[in-house]
Amino acid sequence: MSGVVETQELTMRFGGVTAVDAVNFSLRERELRCLIGPNGAGKSTFFKCITGQYALRPENGRVFIRGADVTGWNTHEIVRLGAGIKTQVPSLMNGLTVEENLWLSARRVHGWAGAGGAVEEITAELQLGEQLRRLVGELSHGERQMVEIGIVLVQRPWLVLLDEPAAGMTGNEVERLVGVIRHINQTASVIVVDHDMEFVRMLGSLVTVFHQGAILLEGPANSVLDDPAVREVYVGNRAA
Amino acid sequence: MRAWPSVGHIRWGWFLLATAILLLLPLVTDTHTPSVLLIWALFALSLGMMWGYAGLLSFGHAAYFGLGAYTYAVAVINIGESTVPLILSMLVPAAVAAVVGAMMFYGRISDVYMGVITLLVTLILFKFMSATAGDAYVIGGARLGGFNGMPGFHTLNVPGYPEISLFGLPTYYVCAAALLICYLVCRWILARSFGRVLVGIRENEARCELMGYNVPAFKTAIFTVCAAMAGLAGCLFANWAEIVTPRVFSLGQAAEVLIWVIAGGLGTLIGPILGAISLGYVKLLLGEQTLIDNSLILGAVLIIVVLGIPRGVVPALQGLWAAAGRRARGRAGSGQGARRTLGASKPEHT
Repeated sequence: MSGVVETQELTMRFGGVTAVDAVNFSLRERELRCLIGPNGAGKSTFFKCITGQYALRPENGRVFIRGADVTGWNTHEIVRLGAGIKTQVPSLMNGLTVEENLWLSARRVHGWAGAGGAVEEITAELQLGEQLRRLVGELSHGERQMVEIGIVLVQRPWLVLLDEPAAGMTGNEVERLVGVIRHINQTASVIVVDHDMEFVRMLGSLVTVFHQGAILLEGPANSVLDDPAVREVYVGNRAA
Repeated sequence: MRAWPSVGHIRWGWFLLATAILLLLPLVTDTHTPSVLLIWALFALSLGMMWGYAGLLSFGHAAYFGLGAYTYAVAVINIGESTVPLILSMLVPAAVAAVVGAMMFYGRISDVYMGVITLLVTLILFKFMSATAGDAYVIGGARLGGFNGMPGFHTLNVPGYPEISLFGLPTYYVCAAALLICYLVCRWILARSFGRVLVGIRENEARCELMGYNVPAFKTAIFTVCAAMAGLAGCLFANWAEIVTPRVFSLGQAAEVLIWVIAGGLGTLIGPILGAISLGYVKLLLGEQTLIDNSLILGAVLIIVVLGIPRGVVPALQGLWAAAGRRARGRAGSGQGARRTLGASKPEHT
């Protein structure tokens, strides 16, 4: 196992529907990979499988993170390996301030003494200073997305898994996010799940295209996004 | 990192004032009623801690109160000295809660399902203890006694001196000390990382899991600690009443503590304490008359509080206090502003 994340015949079925169909996937050290595909392609289910959000059994295939077989592990155990996970819908503590949200995440990795400093660093990095004392429940969607990314990054993970991080963001926020993701990628392997082709093009990474639960195509962003088969998948989906 | 408003902090001035009042109260009144009010306050505190801060709503917290009472009675009849039974009255409910809690939380059971399971536990105990009148239900020298319960056991004694029993005033001070110590334990928990993670779990359990916290372990731990506190309250109640009956597990007992906590205020420690003391006192007063059913009054109180002040009395008062403070600061600020304006205009006049 040489990859940071590897899956072998990963399969997930819901009743009669196969959401992820025998997927073999590999992510190298310090690689930035985008998983794209239209709605229902299986990319978010795949994401939840590799992050422990769906309980996996041996018949679902196997997932390895840095060589460790994490099939069936709980989410918190996978995070404790050094993974940072951002979910599709911002998952935050609405009744707490931005600072409290960040501190709670920082505390687990940096301890009581180091958490404050880590929060200050990430606040400066993501320009969250103005929101720091506000309740998270009062923030806009884009601001909440950025806070959740802060919660992930404050733990300084070596594997970052972002599910639709740009959803609901303004153009300026998306540009800032692209810079943040590239910065993260200098020290961590990153998987970004998204269906926004422009955002993926801006990231300019390797792209894996999901279609009907399986991998349709893999390659550099520009060639993949201009591929007729990929365009057919997207346009066909929209037409449907 | 500054203190978190969501977990609050101890105000030592208020704490010392409360301690002084508890110390001096016996000078002006009989201690029998205040003792049971303090016991109920401790019981409510134990539920308020896990419900208000960790978001764990247990409809059957009375199970641990009752287990504490029965454990003390059974143990003290067999041992004869109260120190070990007192400790067991916390350990046994804690052990049961650890098992029940682990099954629920590692089994991913929460919300209303947790409420139903906890209620079932206490109702099963109520039914079982009510059916223990036969000769078969004896533990060592202790007969469980069925619906009539277990009277006639030794009350608390000075540790190591079983011949020096505590009655009346000393029992009152034991109850007061237990409440104050448990309050400090709760404050200590909330001031640590553990307490902050509990608040995080209350706010968003999934995010805490995604941060790498073992959420079921945290929930099981606080469930166990609060069961131990409820067990201590049950032990003290057994000493106060000098009898333990299955009513400690009853639906009424389980519901009352919920009403005390809701009325006093969730998300505070003082709210459940004051809710239990005030509504407990009303209950005792109502118990002296037969015109209106006690439960009707408590039910009416619950409806009024839920509709009128859904956050509870203490948080509502805290909100009013904070608003008054902001208004006062605003007036002081505008007064200073006016003075500054006058000061600034002074040179023009001169």
